Amino acid sequence: MFDNITNWIDGLTAMQQFVLFSGVKIFAVFGVLMTCVAYAVWVERKVAAAIQDRVGPNRAGPFGLLQPACDGIKAFLKEDFTPDHVRKAYFWIAPAIALIPALLTVAVIPFGSNLGAQKMVIADLNVGILYTFGIVSLGVYGIVLAGYAANSKYPFIGGIRSSAQMVSYELAMGMSVIPLFLWVGDLNLSQLVISQQGFVGWLPDALGSVRLPNWLVFQSPMLALSFFIFLVAAFAETNRTPFDLPEAEQELAGGYNIEYSSIKFALFFMGEYAAMITASAMMVTLFFGGWTLPWFGLDQPATSIPGGLLHIGIFFVKVVAFVFTIVWVRWMWPRFRYDQLMDLGWRRFIPLALVNIVVTALWLWIRSRS
Amino acid sequence: MIVERKKLNFWERLYIPAVIGGFKVTARHFIKSVFKRQPVTMQYPEERWVVPEGYRGAPYLVKDQEGNTKCVSCQLCEFVCPPKAIKIIPPGPAGQLADRPNAEKMPAEFEINMLRCIFCGYCQEVCPEEAIFLQKDWSHVGTNRAEMIYNKEKLLSLGGTHAGTQKWKHKLEEAKEQENFPVKP
Repeated sequence: MFDNITNWIDGLTAMQQFVLFSGVKIFAVFGVLMTCVAYAVWVERKVAAAIQDRVGPNRAGPFGLLQPACDGIKAFLKEDFTPDHVRKAYFWIAPAIALIPALLTVAVIPFGSNLGAQKMVIADLNVGILYTFGIVSLGVYGIVLAGYAANSKYPFIGGIRSSAQMVSYELAMGMSVIPLFLWVGDLNLSQLVISQQGFVGWLPDALGSVRLPNWLVFQSPMLALSFFIFLVAAFAETNRTPFDLPEAEQELAGGYNIEYSSIKFALFFMGEYAAMITASAMMVTLFFGGWTLPWFGLDQPATSIPGGLLHIGIFFVKVVAFVFTIVWVRWMWPRFRYDQLMDLGWRRFIPLALVNIVVTALWLWIRSRS
Repeated sequence: MIVERKKLNFWERLYIPAVIGGFKVTARHFIKSVFKRQPVTMQYPEERWVVPEGYRGAPYLVKDQEGNTKCVSCQLCEFVCPPKAIKIIPPGPAGQLADRPNAEKMPAEFEINMLRCIFCGYCQEVCPEEAIFLQKDWSHVGTNRAEMIYNKEKLLSLGGTHAGTQKWKHKLEEAKEQENFPVKP
């Protein structure tokens, strides 16, 4: 049986094999991502509950682990109500536009080294990061369209806030990663991960076994600053507290998605959590070594199937750690005021990111001359 | 009113004190509810509030120490009940006698509609027989309206026994004492 499949695969042309394996990877990643989105909601509710001295979902299954399934069934079975005053075409298309960019970004992220002969990335693009930014900036359209389509005041304010916020923070986000690519000299995300193998070189030898992984965030202060700007911008891009102005429940009664119900509302919700997971995956790939760990030779591409699975596991754990942090931060600070948000974006982070680029470039120039 | 805005110093403007403060507060609560397992919430149907003494829960009929119905069907509670939740059917001239000696009668039927009851306690206050008491039950569940009308049997079984004065028994004993009282000519 297994031999038959192997033979059949060997008999295919290179093109057919590429299509087959890409298809399998797309379905696997999509499945895992959607499961993660469902459980990110569960994690969010559990962490929120713990921080607020509550218990959280605990009725459906052990520790409430079946709660996401219940939520999903509920979302599908509820009445899908379209209010009379909405702009129908935009109203229908907005949830899809909100969800799709978050899913597309995952395509270029290397979520493991390799399984057998297959590289664990759906599309190993040479312009990986540019593709990501191109797609991520589409995410704002879903929210803006939802706000416009709803044709009522609160969603409209939510949409406006969202467009202003996402446009300004996208700039800081894009500029924050330029030092990274000056440093590495490659836009391909797989190459970026490979450049993060081993341990950092700048720690004095006297420290002996105390060594830092050679992750980009530890490689130089400029890159650490890059990470900081990227992190803040990622919070703003994913509409998470303290930058969750588009859906400020207390002021806007829910924001851009008020008029939505049932599965259309769930699509916005899924889009938000998928964006959170992809932002975490981006941060892991760009700054925290992707699927590598400097110990036990885990920074070399895997040669066996278990090794490949282990790399996927390492990547997954790192992403979960980031998601947990993002969820935790929601309960740490109150929301920014609107003018403070814009001030922080335009007058603090964009100049800071620009200076960071110049300083990194100067440093690299000096280093190349000496 | 103009609120003076405190000028933030450089350290505070860096946002770091807010980061530390926010982390400390959230971590304290997280540890409290996850590791020490002290959430403030209660798992309701399994765990229930213990209500304090004097709590006005549902009114139930009580029996005396010998298991007899204390109610004598005087209908004062029915009369005083503000939402008209109590309905008493007296035994009538040819009805069943009270299940204890000396008491004149007991109700043929006694119904309290728990959907109407406002738990005011007037029935308990007005009862001359100490036969009805507001007890500690605060949760009433039924699948239809008819189920929420508690009849005499149900009220008596929920009410239990009340260790009070057995008025009619004492009157009977006193009457017997009168018979035996040594009257000297």
